[in-house]
Amino acid sequence: MRKLKGDLPERLFFALALSSISALALITAFIFIKGAPLIAKVGLFDFIFGMDWAPGQGKYGVFPMIIGSVSVTAGAAVIGVPAGICCSVFLTEFAPVKMRNIFRPAIQLLAGIPSVVYGFWGLLFVVPAIRAYLGGPGLSILAGSVILAIMILPTVISISEVSLLALPRQYKEGALALGMTHWQAIRSVQLPAAKSGIVAAVILGIGRAVGETMAVIMVLGNSVAVPSSLLDPVRTLTTNIGIEMGYASEEHRQALFATGIVLFVIIMALNISAQYVVRRKTK
Amino acid sequence: MGEKPKLKAEAINLYYGGTRALGDITAQIPERSITAVIGPSGCGKSSFLRLFNRMNDLIPYARTEGGAFIDELPIYAEGTDVTALRRRVGMVFQKPNVFPMSVFENVVIGTRNHGVKSRAELEMTAERCLRLAALWDEVKDSLKKPGQGLSAGQQQRLCIARALAVNPEVILMDESCSALDPESTMKIEELMLELSREYTIILVTHNMEQAVRVSDMAAFFMIDGDKVGRLVEFSPTADMFYAPKDKRTEDYITGRFG
Repeated sequence: MRKLKGDLPERLFFALALSSISALALITAFIFIKGAPLIAKVGLFDFIFGMDWAPGQGKYGVFPMIIGSVSVTAGAAVIGVPAGICCSVFLTEFAPVKMRNIFRPAIQLLAGIPSVVYGFWGLLFVVPAIRAYLGGPGLSILAGSVILAIMILPTVISISEVSLLALPRQYKEGALALGMTHWQAIRSVQLPAAKSGIVAAVILGIGRAVGETMAVIMVLGNSVAVPSSLLDPVRTLTTNIGIEMGYASEEHRQALFATGIVLFVIIMALNISAQYVVRRKTK
Repeated sequence: MGEKPKLKAEAINLYYGGTRALGDITAQIPERSITAVIGPSGCGKSSFLRLFNRMNDLIPYARTEGGAFIDELPIYAEGTDVTALRRRVGMVFQKPNVFPMSVFENVVIGTRNHGVKSRAELEMTAERCLRLAALWDEVKDSLKKPGQGLSAGQQQRLCIARALAVNPEVILMDESCSALDPESTMKIEELMLELSREYTIILVTHNMEQAVRVSDMAAFFMIDGDKVGRLVEFSPTADMFYAPKDKRTEDYITGRFG
């Protein structure tokens, strides 16, 4: 009897833990079952590298969307990663305690803003600004990159900060005792020592950027074409699903699930590489 | 042992916030010698050591009164270049704090940051300093391997090589053998004796035998009734251990030995 009682909470927790894992398994299985037949029909190569997306004519090529996702994400990384790393260095090394106590919750708050609000702000502020100062339609890779750069900041900052704070104090002392300036100690000892954590922060930030849908739908313009400049509109893998899911049926619907498979593989690859980087460090 | 004092402390008072950690310390450290700093835990030995490379500055609310000098140059003057001071006054810590990078990078990191870019020059520095630290023969084939893969004793000698690479005149050693096995300790003691021909070394140690084995001068610190660390006795090591002037020194030393 006692044994049974002791087991009950354990089993309950196990069941709950299992259900969250099985959600992952279910979703994975679902998108693959729904999407794989179409990829098989079109052919993997033609699906991934096909230039035309015309569901009405049975043409399913997602290459422009892959380019869209990659370019918007790369843009976000170019803007957001240096800003995020600098911010985490500032918070851990330079900011007075009072300022840190204001900055940290503010950055957490940034993560709590709904993505549709980011998108709306981008549409009303960033897009017109780009149209006015740089030309083009405004709805563009650049607009999406700016919005996503802000959205990945909390991820990049908080994970980099944690890895900088986790460094033994002795590294900094040792560097300063060699006559390095504070900045030299940061640049040549502390940042390299925290490298794997910072790389993981960057990869997770990029993963978040690749997966973001709502915010970018509103500012990218969503046209299916390979862009020739940062000011051109694009469509990403995520926005492709978001825009067309409402009216797609049958084969078209399958094609959207197949788009999801491509997205899924990219994000899995990013997450696995982030975990690999972190694990290599702890060895 | 040189005749000239290399380092001087004059009426030093050190405060951590409202707490007075060191009271009225005056001492002259002779150049090219080893000075051992001994005393019970928490008596301000490390604080005294860190006075000379201003590492106490890293502690928030630490405040130093009085004068400290290296070759008659004030250490706590308004315009003192602290990074230049720390290049002249190197430090080896209690636990080896090898950086997570290769053996080679560890040795040259200071030199590199002080503006030396030429690969050949850095390689020469690395070899010279690793030889000085009696580590060259053990690591010459694994310069590219991570420094943290070495044994604790080797890591501490790597830290010594790293300190030597920025051409210091003084080396502060803060219980630098306390985390090591006897064999590694022996090696580092031999190394200290060798280095003391060129460098001025101050060594904080809890090991009385070590103080007797290596040091020329000894400084005995103790906490007063008012919880302030004070320099009780400062004299040639032989005098302190075989004919202590102060009763407290005698009690501490005999207690330690007996």
